[in-house]
Amino acid sequence: MIGSTIVSAATTVIYLATPYLYASIGETFGQLSGVLNLGVEGVMLMGAYAAFFTVLRTGSLTLGLLVAAVLGGSLGLVMAFMTVTLKAEQVISGMGLYLFSLGLSEFLFKKTIGTVQTVSGFPPVNIPWFSSIPVIGEILFRQNVLVYIAFALVPFAWFVLSKTPFGLKVRAAGQNPEAADSLGINIVRVRYLALMIGGLLSGIAGASLSIALLNVFQPNITNGIGFIAVGLVFFANWRPLGILAGTLIFSTVTSLQLWMQVQDINIPSDFLSMIPYIAIILVFVSMMKRRVYPPAALTKPFERGE
Amino acid sequence: MDINRIRKWFHLPGKLLAPFLVLAMLLCGFLVGAMLLILVGTNPLNAFRELFVGAFGNMNGLTNTFIKTGPLVFVGLGICISFRAGVFNVGGEGQIVIGALSATAVALTVPNWPGWLLILLCLFVGFLAGAIWGGVAGFLKAYARVNEVLSTIMMNYIAVYAMNYLLRGPMLDRSQLAAFTYLPQTSRVPVAAYLPCLFSTRIHLGIAIGALLGILVYVFLWRTTIGFRIRMIGKNARAARGAGVNVKGYMVLSIFLAGGLAGLGGAVQVLGVHHRLFTDGSAFGFTASAGFNGIVAALFAQLHPIGTVLASFLFGGLLTGAFRMQRTLQVPTALIGTLNGLIVLFVVASQTLRSRQAQHVDRTMKAVSTPLVGKEGE
Repeated sequence: MIGSTIVSAATTVIYLATPYLYASIGETFGQLSGVLNLGVEGVMLMGAYAAFFTVLRTGSLTLGLLVAAVLGGSLGLVMAFMTVTLKAEQVISGMGLYLFSLGLSEFLFKKTIGTVQTVSGFPPVNIPWFSSIPVIGEILFRQNVLVYIAFALVPFAWFVLSKTPFGLKVRAAGQNPEAADSLGINIVRVRYLALMIGGLLSGIAGASLSIALLNVFQPNITNGIGFIAVGLVFFANWRPLGILAGTLIFSTVTSLQLWMQVQDINIPSDFLSMIPYIAIILVFVSMMKRRVYPPAALTKPFERGE
Repeated sequence: MDINRIRKWFHLPGKLLAPFLVLAMLLCGFLVGAMLLILVGTNPLNAFRELFVGAFGNMNGLTNTFIKTGPLVFVGLGICISFRAGVFNVGGEGQIVIGALSATAVALTVPNWPGWLLILLCLFVGFLAGAIWGGVAGFLKAYARVNEVLSTIMMNYIAVYAMNYLLRGPMLDRSQLAAFTYLPQTSRVPVAAYLPCLFSTRIHLGIAIGALLGILVYVFLWRTTIGFRIRMIGKNARAARGAGVNVKGYMVLSIFLAGGLAGLGGAVQVLGVHHRLFTDGSAFGFTASAGFNGIVAALFAQLHPIGTVLASFLFGGLLTGAFRMQRTLQVPTALIGTLNGLIVLFVVASQTLRSRQAQHVDRTMKAVSTPLVGKEGE
């Protein structure tokens, strides 16, 4: 009895981590290149809507995922145009993008779907052999495909960011754009690409909510996940492995809170729901004492000298 | 009198270009909105006509517009102060909620006090509670380098859950309990605590207070030393520190005042409009997103307090008209949220375009950009 509860709680921890992983890793690319994108929450909402609508109309999960990714990437392009080409203030641009997407996803939902409906999302896939391992197999290897991709993204992002020329260019653009520029790196292009990757992954993060985990869409379904994901990037010290750790801590806290609500423990559920948000603030306070290395040019537009 | 001297006297931003630019941004927003409406098969001209008729076309609409202007003014004026200090306070939603909660609690605890005293007490407590709620984020920014954008957003959610808890439990209306309906709302505040209405309409005193505060905030920012220092740390924190200004202290003060104004807005909503506090479980139920829309109004007015009052009236009108548009043409009210987001994007983009055009232009937006995990405090 206790064992099965723990297993199901651990399974929840793994799948709850999914949207955070996509969004945080995407945001890492943008921030490492020197642009803080606070519009993640909005991009997730648009991705969630687009994926859900596509699946509802066509029944094709792959197409839904693709539409969310492309739409997310385009919104990343908008953010890049604002902050890189127009050199607009990043925090306000991000808030603008958030408000725009929050409104638009609700507007389109009411106009095209109207009522809360469900779709059959990505089914769980049992990985042969591994899924039959007791306990661990049940927790890790009977998830849906978006969960596997999210976890595979961690080493992949680490590899891209620290071992490939593109990753080094991204980090150079965020640490010292002037020096990188003098070495012939096209800062504008690098930042555009980084923000588009970020938007694409945020779009998928939204889709993972609406067509893989919850299989519904309703206005403001993300309820702060996108903002928490931005916070996790800081917590992770801008490293994919740190994001994995932060996400797991975070989804553990969240699933513990869900579990406590189910168990009818005598703490008002509203207090439990506060925990993730309080945790993020505490994470930031704890960073005061830690050595952190934010990209030196974060939030600074790049002006090319003559 | 030379119009440029008027402009200078009132510290209006930019050159004569500014008013046209503002109109152009609004127009851009509506253009994209029109495309969206065509996309969903609604005639945009009809929709916008309904929007404006609903907002300004008749007495009832105009009254509602005034009422919806209220919370936007309070939040927007706070934004003028905190953004000018370089502190991005996006915690308006939470600060409104906390202010409203405290004001309601006070009104229900001491209902037998004389009316005017009770009103003053409620407004004061609402202000103080919102100010402390905002001040916490300011304190964390100044002394623990916690990014205020994220902390204020997180505190919005915390405030809403606190409200949900209180309204479902300790502060739940007794009649709801008796009728087993459990609608999460408080009892009505005593009639003595209602804000008086003006000119025998539903427009309450709070709106007049908001307009008056617009002038006060203007005087505060440009005619007092504290206001000067607040603007100074926003423009150049290092120079301000060099000049001996307590940068951290004024940072906290700016968001303390901003939170206080938002909290006051929440208290005014309770005493002047709803006469009770209620929740639908989300942040938007009680605030109707005023915490974000106030930011839009302030940014639209280039962070000028008097302009913010006028812009709030415009955005209050859009919110009011949206309901008529929804009723007659089935256009969801969320269209206004979309427009607001677009307008923020256009405002912030036009700011850079303008500063490239002329070197001397007031770089309002530049002033509010601060490094994130910055070393600005040291």
